[in-house]
Amino acid sequence: MIAEAVFYIFACILIFSSLLVITARNPVHSVLFLILCFFNAAGLFVLLGAEFIGMILAIVYVGAVAVLFLFVVMMLDVDFVGLRKGVMKYVPLGLVVGGLLLAELGFLYFAWAPAEGASLTLAAEPTGLEKSNTHALGSMIYTQYILPFQVSGLVLLVAMIGAITLTLRHRPGVRRQNISKQIKTQPQDAVELVKVETGAGV
Amino acid sequence: MMDMTTIITDLYMARADVFLACAALILLAVGVCLKTRAFHRIAIGGVTALVLTLIMTLQQDNSGDSITLFGDMLVYDRFGVFMKVLVSIGAISAIFMGVRDLGDHVIGKFEYVILILLATLGMNIMISSNNMLSLYMGLELQSLALYILAAFNRNSLTSSEAGLKYFILGALSSGMLLFGISLIYGYTGTTSFPLIADIVLIEQTDMVSMGMLVGLVFILVGLAFKISAVPFHMWTPDVYQGAPSSVTAFFAMAPKMAAMALMARVLFSAFGELHSDWAQIIFAISLASMALGAFAGLVQKNLYRLLAYSSIGHMGYALLGYFVGGFTGVTATLVYLSIYLVMTAGTFAMILSVRNKDNVAATNLNEFAGLSKKSPVVAYGLAIMLFSMAGIPPLAGFFGKLYIFKAVLDGGYYTLAVLGVCASVVASYYYLKLIKIMFFDQPSAHDDYVVAPSRLLRWVGVPSVLFVVTFIFYPDWLVYEATQAALSLR
Repeated sequence: MIAEAVFYIFACILIFSSLLVITARNPVHSVLFLILCFFNAAGLFVLLGAEFIGMILAIVYVGAVAVLFLFVVMMLDVDFVGLRKGVMKYVPLGLVVGGLLLAELGFLYFAWAPAEGASLTLAAEPTGLEKSNTHALGSMIYTQYILPFQVSGLVLLVAMIGAITLTLRHRPGVRRQNISKQIKTQPQDAVELVKVETGAGV
Repeated sequence: MMDMTTIITDLYMARADVFLACAALILLAVGVCLKTRAFHRIAIGGVTALVLTLIMTLQQDNSGDSITLFGDMLVYDRFGVFMKVLVSIGAISAIFMGVRDLGDHVIGKFEYVILILLATLGMNIMISSNNMLSLYMGLELQSLALYILAAFNRNSLTSSEAGLKYFILGALSSGMLLFGISLIYGYTGTTSFPLIADIVLIEQTDMVSMGMLVGLVFILVGLAFKISAVPFHMWTPDVYQGAPSSVTAFFAMAPKMAAMALMARVLFSAFGELHSDWAQIIFAISLASMALGAFAGLVQKNLYRLLAYSSIGHMGYALLGYFVGGFTGVTATLVYLSIYLVMTAGTFAMILSVRNKDNVAATNLNEFAGLSKKSPVVAYGLAIMLFSMAGIPPLAGFFGKLYIFKAVLDGGYYTLAVLGVCASVVASYYYLKLIKIMFFDQPSAHDDYVVAPSRLLRWVGVPSVLFVVTFIFYPDWLVYEATQAALSLR
């Protein structure tokens, strides 16, 4: 009973704030509502018993992605009013595409009959409740799914190599900090003691 | 649940791929520390790593049986070994081309070699994949490395455009593929190819569910994009033209092999029982690719655009083998792909050797005018490659087409064979046009294209020419290996 009430509260705030994300005039407000969305979605996951995904959602999406959005919105001078000018022109097209997608989803939902022999035990039901989510996920990722997990690490490495290769440039005349040079500097290299006679100047 | 010993055994069985991954990481670390001539040294390391991986892969072949690793993520069989050999040959030639093309250039960064190694690793995973998950991870590892390679010359606007275009369209096709995979998972409850095959077999008794077919169509769309089959070929000419020449050569060789292998795994291992359903799709894209490859190539002035349409056409022929299906069809496709790989490597080795005083490779067809007088050896070598691509006997390209059309005729599709031969005749026009330009046209006055001898010509060009010319004397071993590979594919 309480769980249901909490579900409806989270769900209503989620839908309401996601509507505000796309309607708010001020882009900073949009991002703040997006953060609220993520928090409520995380709450829904916790209700489902998937506390690990809920926490990841809060840490990764709220902690990193949304803050990054906020930085972009506040730092870059993007003309959001200008971006919105042509929106009304595309509303009919957007409605048509959205309607088609909705119809397809409906079609698939009503026609959904799993193949004979398909094991439906794979539905999203937490099994093995004696373990915590984190424990269960960890023991799957590092055993059964070790190959995709490791390969996804390599994919991220490739992304990093790409970002560095395509953007790093060594411009001449840039004064970079050279820490080893700084540390190696001796007092006699930097300071010169001069005995100045009184009244003579240097 | 797998325990620690199983994982360690599996890692040992997959030592070729594990070695390649470690080699790429070590070379990356070494390359960052090297100050001078990093490209050349890392290139030597890269070629060594690929050769060692190839040796390890071939050693696995001795056991004969197919084994599955990491649960059912990967399968190692003779088909995989065959395709991995092709991919490695493509990658090694691409590194040779990179040394010639980028080695002394300002954009010649050693990351080129690292990205090729990681892309090859992705392709090896694609080739061995036995599960939708490993399929997708391998594909993404490969594609991401390729996007970066396409945009590698960041000083050039066309290269950046090629990279961006390839990235956006590639992401779209990955989305389609994922959508298809999720539908398949929704209807079968599994991502493993053998289990999907079991369920398809049960389904066969009555109607196959609609969702499964829709999912299969989406997966085919995603894969057809990767082999640039019509109507998902739009990116190919632009990317071939914009990307650095050696990267274009890599695109024309290795990723096609890997994507064709992946397609064979999906079509024959997972959905073999639905042959009558997917054969019509393969039929349509194969016919359209042959036709477009032949006709659109006629009007091209840029050599790389021409080669792009040529590769689209060749993929059309290779797909005919899958359309026929059965082990004769797959054997024909494998033979065709091997010969296509060698022809492409040879052609690019010759083309990349023709350079002007600023060390820029020739790109337009008329820049090859009078090549036969300036460098008869390269001109004759390129002519042999082009004749072979056109399918003129007694060169290897003729036998590739022969096996394909023989399989098509054995399947009883006479009209299709006739249409294929017609497309081949049309396509031979543009190959012959380039030969005519090389041998009979006068170079323009300010033309300063010359050929300097290089490792690329010695190590890639000469072996390819020898293979293409002498294939007629010993075609049996390649056909035998291809048959064994096709037989191991369930």
